[in-house]
Amino acid sequence: MTNQSLITVTHLSRHYGPIEAVSGINFELNRGEVLGFLGPNGAGKSTTMQMITGNLAPSAGKISICGIDLLDRPKQAKAEIGYLPEQPPVYRDFTVDEYLRFCAQINRMSREAIPAAVDKAKARCGLEQVGRRLIGNLSKGYQQRVGIAQAIIHSPAIVVLDEPTVGLDPIQIREIRRLIRELANEHGVILSTHILPEVQMTCDRVQIINQGRLVFSDNIANLDQRMRATTLLVALRTPPAMDALSAIPGTTQVEALGEGRFRLHHAQELNPAEELARKAVAEGWGLLELTPERKSLEQVFVEITSTEHVEATAASEEEHAA
Amino acid sequence: MMILTLAQREIRSLFYSPLAWSILAVMQFILAYLFLAQLQEYISLQPQLRMMAEAPGVTGAVIVPIFSSASFILMMVVPLLTMRLISEERRSKTLTLLFSAPISMTEIILGKFFGILIFLVIMIGMLTLMPLSLSVGVTLDYGLLFTVVLGLILMMGTFAAVGLYMSTLTIQPTVAAISTFGILLLLWIIDWAGSKVADENASGALAYLSILRHFESLSKGVFNSSDIMYYLLFIITFLVLSIRRLDVDRLQH
Repeated sequence: MTNQSLITVTHLSRHYGPIEAVSGINFELNRGEVLGFLGPNGAGKSTTMQMITGNLAPSAGKISICGIDLLDRPKQAKAEIGYLPEQPPVYRDFTVDEYLRFCAQINRMSREAIPAAVDKAKARCGLEQVGRRLIGNLSKGYQQRVGIAQAIIHSPAIVVLDEPTVGLDPIQIREIRRLIRELANEHGVILSTHILPEVQMTCDRVQIINQGRLVFSDNIANLDQRMRATTLLVALRTPPAMDALSAIPGTTQVEALGEGRFRLHHAQELNPAEELARKAVAEGWGLLELTPERKSLEQVFVEITSTEHVEATAASEEEHAA
Repeated sequence: MMILTLAQREIRSLFYSPLAWSILAVMQFILAYLFLAQLQEYISLQPQLRMMAEAPGVTGAVIVPIFSSASFILMMVVPLLTMRLISEERRSKTLTLLFSAPISMTEIILGKFFGILIFLVIMIGMLTLMPLSLSVGVTLDYGLLFTVVLGLILMMGTFAAVGLYMSTLTIQPTVAAISTFGILLLLWIIDWAGSKVADENASGALAYLSILRHFESLSKGVFNSSDIMYYLLFIITFLVLSIRRLDVDRLQH
């Protein structure tokens, strides 16, 4: 608790009857960090968010917010959190100003501090023009922004955003992403999403959750590392025999794609590109193309979630056999 | 303080929808009509009343029946006001806003309860203005007027507490409304069976449960603390049940 950790979650579990929605999750959020929560639908993202924000009581485990136990002292802990659920919790028959003022009040802000806080939240979310309009008459994008304004109005230490860019147009999405980066300067942000590029653009650290378990947790640079694939795409005018290609040090496998195109699989630590280029020139293969292939985040995501699935079923089968 | 903020939001929300205004208008119109009819009858009975030794005063003969009618009509109206309290927030997912804020379930429930109660008191205040207008010409029995208004307010608190609880049970406002009305009507007529039950204890218990019985003594000007306690106990019971029910929301889905 002495370090900068804003949220510490230990062995968090949640059952819905016999279904285990979240099982034994551990993680931390540090100050000035955007933590991305990724996972397929029904993986337990929203359940986890609801537990962190005190909307759902966990079946087991501990959540501590800025060193305050959420279950023991919910009021103090909740004061440090701003939460935007999947559907923005807005009162449609209120104007933006009235609504934000109410949100500031229920977060126990002092009467004098409220007008400034409302103005600041509106400015940050680009709501200056719509302050006097009814929320119900605003577009989905604006309602979403009102939802975010509501989450940051009391400048909480932690902002939890559940799929904040759903239903927005591309320009709004860019603005919201910029806002999230900005928020990270003062707050710790947890962002749940299933839009993968969003994670690459906004997050410092990524956690992938699948079937209620945390299957991947690392910073974005390491995820990048993981995305660097171990294949080269090569096109040659006068291709040599396959053996000549597989003889290049580092190459583990050669795939012929036809018309002089090949895919070279190689070891992570030894990239044969340099050697290949040298040989191609020396032996006159006529090098037309040499591209290191990158795995998309989608592929990595599918890899992580599906291998875990295979392992899990294998493990359960073993258990079953035993 | 927080309770006041929540109550204020509730009232604001009520007055932003046409429902509150139309309920106020309809109530005022119906009761004004009843008031005038009652007054007409009282005036036409004047010659006979003058002969009687202990004739009922204008307060007893005109005002009390108005409040009895009001309580009956409100039994159908209050469910419409209370039905959306929690169910609507649950349906539009705005309950999350309250759950994530640093406020307790007790504050949420009390805020909602007092919001509705303040609205009902405004309505009762407007109804009371009509009999008060008689004070220009005659002397009113203010003691009786006080107990009957107090009785009506307590009764409305009971209605609101039952309605609030029903609203926490469902996400369909109409279901909350109809079940609230069902419970209130049952409590209204529960002592009808009382007279036919042979066992004296049983009929006494049924009579005690009846909402109407306790109002009757107040409307005779009898300020009996057991009647007041009955209403307060009723209100507290349903408020506690509502708080428990909201807590369950967090525990299970």
